[in-house]
Amino acid sequence: MSERKVKIESKVGLHARPAALFVQTAAKAPGDVTVAKTGGTPVNAKSILAVLGLDARHGEEIVISADFDGADELLGTLEALLSTPEPENA
Amino acid sequence: MPERGNAAESGAGTSGDSVELSGAGVSPGVGFGPVRGIAGAVPEPSADVLPAGDAEAETAAALAALAAVADDLEARGVVAAEVGNKDGQDVLNAQALMARDPGLADGVRAKAGEGRAAARAVFESFGVYRELLAGAGEYLAARVTDLDDIRDRTVARLLGLPMPGVPESDEPFVLVARDLAPADTAVLDPAKVVAFVTEEGGPTSHTAILARTMGVPAVVALPGATDLADGTLVLVDGQAGTVVVNPPRAAVSAARYAAAARATVLARATGPGRTKDGHPVPLLANIGGPKDVPAAVENGAEGVGLYRTEFLFLDRATPPSDEEQERAYREVLEAFPGGRVVVRALDAGADKPLAFLPPPGAEPNPALGERGLRMLRRHPDVLAAQLSALARAASGQAAKLQVMAPMVTDAEEAAFFAAACRDAGIEHPGVMIEVPAAALRAGDLASEVEFFSLGTNDLTQYACAADRQIGGLAHLQDAWQPAVLDLVASAASAGIPCGVCGEAAGDPVLACVLVGLGVTSLSMSAPSLPLVRAALAHHTLDECREAAEAARGSRSAGEARQAARGALPALADLGL
Repeated sequence: MSERKVKIESKVGLHARPAALFVQTAAKAPGDVTVAKTGGTPVNAKSILAVLGLDARHGEEIVISADFDGADELLGTLEALLSTPEPENA
Repeated sequence: MPERGNAAESGAGTSGDSVELSGAGVSPGVGFGPVRGIAGAVPEPSADVLPAGDAEAETAAALAALAAVADDLEARGVVAAEVGNKDGQDVLNAQALMARDPGLADGVRAKAGEGRAAARAVFESFGVYRELLAGAGEYLAARVTDLDDIRDRTVARLLGLPMPGVPESDEPFVLVARDLAPADTAVLDPAKVVAFVTEEGGPTSHTAILARTMGVPAVVALPGATDLADGTLVLVDGQAGTVVVNPPRAAVSAARYAAAARATVLARATGPGRTKDGHPVPLLANIGGPKDVPAAVENGAEGVGLYRTEFLFLDRATPPSDEEQERAYREVLEAFPGGRVVVRALDAGADKPLAFLPPPGAEPNPALGERGLRMLRRHPDVLAAQLSALARAASGQAAKLQVMAPMVTDAEEAAFFAAACRDAGIEHPGVMIEVPAAALRAGDLASEVEFFSLGTNDLTQYACAADRQIGGLAHLQDAWQPAVLDLVASAASAGIPCGVCGEAAGDPVLACVLVGLGVTSLSMSAPSLPLVRAALAHHTLDECREAAEAARGSRSAGEARQAARGALPALADLGL
């Protein structure tokens, strides 16, 4: 089980384009990926609706977790994405 | 205004009785053709309907429908991108991502397992997320609308109902709807629509503005509009505000004749705007980006009186780069050498939220909230970046750049904006007059800036306390209200140039009255320019002043309109 705490740097929070990018990236993983607000219930990171429903905003900290071969690599990609103020490529 | 539409003339008067319906005419011209309605709301599928197949079959049907909806959304995105609407494609792709959501699919599977038919299973699964997003605050409200649209499309597909949204048709048609939303019109083909008719909406509703921008005749606030059956032949007169169902052949011919006569008068009115006795009134165009410049030039605009810059900022996560802004501004300035271009600083706020300018909190009355300059003062970096991009774009250009702030209330705000312009190297700062307080104290604001531009849509909304979005208040959203004319007169007598860039400027009769009140320039949707030019060219400044006095001497909008018409003798020659 790998886990990362990440602060959301995107000004729009985990919404709009950053959310779509996050979900599309998570969806490529071979196993389960979850995302939660600190202390909150984890939701499926491959579900755009669940991710939007988190309503995670700019400056908030979230926890992403995954458990499969190569999980660390995926979490690294997601972390980089969330720590980028303005991800360009959707 | 040329008549639009070419439905077979033999169709007119051959079936059914002719009936005339009355609404509010908001975009002039005559259109004749068959009705095509925007399908109404998709009803909630009943929970009592027994599934046709087992849980597995119902799940498969539901998931196939969701996938088909996603495919369709992506295909529409490709079409949007082909016509240059890249932002539209992003929105449609995000919707497709929702339709393919694995959580949604799990929900459908579970509901089907509980014995729900496919359509009901879809409806209930969407309900879970709908509640989740609706509960997450203002920020996600727009996503709820997206979600409902996907749900309705999926349910319609499963139940064999007509797809919601703008109808597809090979022949030109009269588009009929309860009201039109921007989402409905993003994919509209202007060559296919000969007229708009809506049951709701007022003179400043989205439908009305879109119709004038496209030069399509429109009648709004027409009771019973949505009862018109598809295929019914109607004659729409956007000036008179009438819709004739099954018009007699003679009426179609007469309407065509009147339209042709007007077209002749219009063709003769050319050159810069001026009254019959030569008093110059520059006629300018309202534009929403460089894409609107060709229509402005074609209709003889002497410049731009309102350059809405929101298009650069909408539907994106980050502000546009300095270079992108500069390019979009320069492109317009280059089109009017020797003319003027009046740019409105970003007009965002709770009613037009931008992802990177989050509203400071929920606002129960967005029209009275932190919008326009109020919002820009919270984000001085965004304002400074826009102003300096404008200053750079104007350097070395032959066009005169003027920049104005939206939603200004008092002299202190006007002074703030003027200082921000000076800091950025903008020479000609101005303010919009939309707030009654600013109009009443126009003298105070006039000492801070170089010019005013009256936004009559908002000025009317605020003066009459009548929300622009509420069709039932159309009679109060009328710039002919004598109180609004008083406010115009107050602003126009403050001693600095005072233009009008609201929809009122595009009404040829009201345009004469505005000039009579002391307004110095008129800016409007490009298709309105020829008729306004002709109306001014047929009347002297004194006649305009008399019309203004007669209108201000009236007690209601209707009386004001009639009184002004009485003072403008040449309207009949123009078919007005």
